[in-house]
Amino acid sequence: MKMMSVCRLVLAVIMVAFVIFPAGISAAGPPAVGGALPDVSLSAPSDRGERSYLGVSGTFKIPQIKAQVLIIEIFSMYCPYCQKDAPKVNELYQKIEGNPALKGKMKIIGVGAGNSAFEVATFKKKYNVPFPLFADPDFKIYEQLGQLRTPYFIGLNINADGSHRIFFSKLGAFEGVDAFLESMIRLSGINEGEKR
Amino acid sequence: MKKSIFISVFFLIAAVSFSFIPVVHGVSDAYKHNIYDPGRQKPTDSKLKVKVGMEAPDFTLKAVAGGTVSLKQYRGKKNVVLSFVPAAWTPVCSDQWPGYNIVKDIFEENDAVLLGISVDNIPTLHSWINQMGDLWFPVLSDFWPHGKAATLFGILRSDGTAERAIIVIDKKGIIRYIDVHNVNERPPLEGIIRELEKLR
Repeated sequence: MKMMSVCRLVLAVIMVAFVIFPAGISAAGPPAVGGALPDVSLSAPSDRGERSYLGVSGTFKIPQIKAQVLIIEIFSMYCPYCQKDAPKVNELYQKIEGNPALKGKMKIIGVGAGNSAFEVATFKKKYNVPFPLFADPDFKIYEQLGQLRTPYFIGLNINADGSHRIFFSKLGAFEGVDAFLESMIRLSGINEGEKR
Repeated sequence: MKKSIFISVFFLIAAVSFSFIPVVHGVSDAYKHNIYDPGRQKPTDSKLKVKVGMEAPDFTLKAVAGGTVSLKQYRGKKNVVLSFVPAAWTPVCSDQWPGYNIVKDIFEENDAVLLGISVDNIPTLHSWINQMGDLWFPVLSDFWPHGKAATLFGILRSDGTAERAIIVIDKKGIIRYIDVHNVNERPPLEGIIRELEKLR
């Protein structure tokens, strides 16, 4: 009987710890290709154009973004590689938007790991980033995604039924914009339906 | 029996709580696997010798780029932001100054200079800041006599590193802001900018 009480107490302590320290719970590793994204919540951007680009409002989960393919860049204002890559990621966005086969279907967001809203806004202004960036001031998303170093790119297929699947998960700056976009098209299988 | 259960539960709570404390974050891939993570440190570990409103103590330190820099050379000319960091090649420090590197224009708008200071020696700082790219602001070595400048401000920790501190000094040489930050965390950029804007 006493042993049962102790077990209950131990269980209670563990549950309390999960409630008190949710930000400290991190995924076991980086998001795996073939798997699903952790349950990350974001707040819709204040900018109307960005809300419209993503097709979201209020608080939303990443797979609720209106896209067939979503590219997520985990970056930091403080990361030299992210700074160096910023113009290339902008170019990637422009190439997607300039391609009628991709526009509206493939979208990009950035998450500033450990960056406050001010820091994300500073990065956005400095590099004229045309796609939505989200702050992660307390490293909550960073922890959920498995403490990724930056820059880190995740490619997500989002299906019409709301389900999703990670098709790309990679650390590091990308070599070339065209090669990266080609990888995104090939690995995501976007537009394959139209080809058939 | 009861006592032993309480002791067991106490240690369990301590162990579970400790395992959920967020780790220190070093997130940029620019440093590859060259970052040494000392783990979580005591948030602050020194006794401040200065306060807001006081004249800042002058110091002269060697700059990584060559020559020396004295605080007094900016007197009557520029506001000064001192950014003391604990140690090169550690997680939080490595992801701090590169951020300041993209806000040179904000410092200039506020007629301010930034001085990055660490107790590391020049060769170590040279290698470390090379990984960050070209920094626009001087990086100064407070290596020898060890932590001389940090000691003047009362921010040398007991292990010989400096606190992660931001000190804003106006053109008259008066200290206007002190943030001896939790050494495990990066001070948000907005704190520095807000204080600089107050000096306008």
